[in-house]
Amino acid sequence: MSFINTLINGVDGGLKANGLTPMQKLTLRAVIFGVLYFGLAVLEGELMRVNAVSPGLFAEEHYFSIMTVHPIVGIFGSTYLIVFGAFTFLVPYLMKKPLYSIKLANWTWIAIAGGTLVSWLGGAIFHYAPLYTLYWPLPVDFEQFNPIGGFVFVLGIAIIMLGTLGFIYNIFATVFYTEEGHKKRPFKPLILSALGIDGMLNIWYKITGREPYAKEPAVSLPVVAIFRGTIDTLLDAIVILTCGVLILVYIVGDMSGASLDYTSINALLYKNFFWWGLDLIADGLVLIYVAGTWYLLAMLITGKKLFMQNIARAALLLELIVSWMVWSHHLLGDQGQPNLMKLLSGEMVTAFELVTQGIAIFITLVTLWSAKPLEMDNRLKFLLAGMFGFMIAVPAAILQADMGLNRILHNTQWIIFTHVHTAILIGLTMTLYAAIYTLWPILTNGVKLYSQKLATFHFWAHLIGALGMSFFMGMSAMDGALRRYIYVDGEYNLFMIMAALCGLLIMAAWLVFLINVVMSIGVKGLLGVYTPAKLDTKDLVPAENA
Amino acid sequence: MEDSAGVLGLLKIVYTIYVFAVMSLMLWFAKGVSNPKGKPRIVKPATFYMYVGLLISIGVSIHIFTFNKIPWVETDFKRHTIEKDPSFDKSKQLFNIVTQNQKFILPVDRLNRDGQLEIECGKYIVFDVESKDLTYGFGLFRQDNSMVSQMQVVPGSRNDLMWQFNKNGTYHIQSTEYSGPKGGRHMKLTNAVVVKGCDKDDTRSMIGGK
Repeated sequence: MSFINTLINGVDGGLKANGLTPMQKLTLRAVIFGVLYFGLAVLEGELMRVNAVSPGLFAEEHYFSIMTVHPIVGIFGSTYLIVFGAFTFLVPYLMKKPLYSIKLANWTWIAIAGGTLVSWLGGAIFHYAPLYTLYWPLPVDFEQFNPIGGFVFVLGIAIIMLGTLGFIYNIFATVFYTEEGHKKRPFKPLILSALGIDGMLNIWYKITGREPYAKEPAVSLPVVAIFRGTIDTLLDAIVILTCGVLILVYIVGDMSGASLDYTSINALLYKNFFWWGLDLIADGLVLIYVAGTWYLLAMLITGKKLFMQNIARAALLLELIVSWMVWSHHLLGDQGQPNLMKLLSGEMVTAFELVTQGIAIFITLVTLWSAKPLEMDNRLKFLLAGMFGFMIAVPAAILQADMGLNRILHNTQWIIFTHVHTAILIGLTMTLYAAIYTLWPILTNGVKLYSQKLATFHFWAHLIGALGMSFFMGMSAMDGALRRYIYVDGEYNLFMIMAALCGLLIMAAWLVFLINVVMSIGVKGLLGVYTPAKLDTKDLVPAENA
Repeated sequence: MEDSAGVLGLLKIVYTIYVFAVMSLMLWFAKGVSNPKGKPRIVKPATFYMYVGLLISIGVSIHIFTFNKIPWVETDFKRHTIEKDPSFDKSKQLFNIVTQNQKFILPVDRLNRDGQLEIECGKYIVFDVESKDLTYGFGLFRQDNSMVSQMQVVPGSRNDLMWQFNKNGTYHIQSTEYSGPKGGRHMKLTNAVVVKGCDKDDTRSMIGGK
């Protein structure tokens, strides 16, 4: 009875949904959907791993449609929702003023969650499977794909991008607007600070022996990171929307009987354009948002200022510019791509990511060390694991962004596991879990965690599962395993079995985390998050908790 | 590091050592940062700048090292010059291949009696692959499925891979890029390329291991 009671009502009465502010509710709504979509992405991933062990589990078109929607669910449905939800709360929290529009923020998470579902249906029902790279003219190859499936898939992506634009507008507006009853906030110091230019000026003024340009920056460092990352999010949304519209035009043409000539689009030029935008996620907003989250967590955990603050601000600006110039590392295997672009953009500028990410890791670790001894709680544990993930994933990327090594690594499992899944599953996801554990008491008004043992299991199972899967798949890559290929003759079988077992561990970790959350807040509390807020306030947290 | 197997073997060792080193560092840090004994140490900015300098050096030296040690990088840079050299015999060293409808189409007039592209040891060979429809990949694989080399095959672009084979062996041609479910696992030509005339054998590329 006690278990059922806790399941329904949570620990010590669980989450009191009536006591939540509209801001707490909208953040929790987005994050909960994000966690659920993460479970779906993990399930899809595991199905693919099992298919690698036992080929024929799915028809080929079904298998590749899973592979197509897997990153959509994982990146947009899960990561975007968790990150956007958290940042929608954190920007006003750190700037000590209300969010520009709560209504828009609610529409944002609904659009992203809904768009992900629509896109997923395009793959699940119609088996639309051009993969996330959408290499031209595959997305408009209607001999292989049903155009209705393409329409549904692209429509879903478009809805996600519209939601993303809503988030971007809300963040920029929150940084710059002047709230009611406050004296006018001047634009210039805000924009200089949000771009990190004040940090650079401070360094320059110090070198030239002058007083600092800004002793107290107008915008705190984590907000600078969020602002910078959001610039990449905007550019990326524009590129993806443009490509989506292009594909839609061809789909509508085909459906209306007036098929368009796909050779009108230069495939290599399209590939450059699409990768420029898509890479702004992987090498832009993810790295910048993650660096900002590390800085914030380090400051919250230690209660101290960040080590080398001005450098950190300047490095974020450098990272933004670097992120615009690195896309050619995705085209090192394209012989039509000029060698100069491969060398400069693909190799040299990309290598700077080692520097920018290395700086973020160093600053975060030194800040933590300066406040020792620290309690090894869930926040710190997950934060360190997240940094560990990027410490092994980024060098893997630098290695594959080498003209010599890319010739034998491109499109092998090295790319997608040793680099991408290590970065996402260990680096990004464990950083997000650290943020969730940090925000938990603020967003739930102090609900107690059901079980620390379950939280510990979640940590180790996720870490070992993700590391193990990346290791075994990476080893198969060394022996030639391709990432978009179904091996049916038992090649790489031992690696595939081990990777599938590690995938099971990741699934178990997610399930245990979910159980721990539900048991903590209770089913009543969970459902209450999605009912209209009783408190009519723009405040972030209830007055008694402020 | 005369071929991809050697490069990948070295990469496997170096990267594994690196991962274990990072793991040890983070475990040491986690233990130290939560240890009540010992005082927090202030890190000097000079340490930070030295670290940044080290990162830049590593980032640049990786590429310098591979440029000097991996033989096909220089070939790739110079492939158009080599091709224009009078010693380059197109009738023996250039192979025009077409990809269409998820199939590789080899030049019929260049096949030997076993239906293979026969390659002379040590010569620069150009695989010029033209796509008539979708984006594909062109990869050469050994008998044990390990990769020799690959490139993307993009419609409307020149896709020319220059390669020098220094060991005898028989290789498969396989698409390394997804071209829809029809392509999936079906774009493979088994034993399509044979290299003869070398002193050494590529032990991983010999049919039946011989």
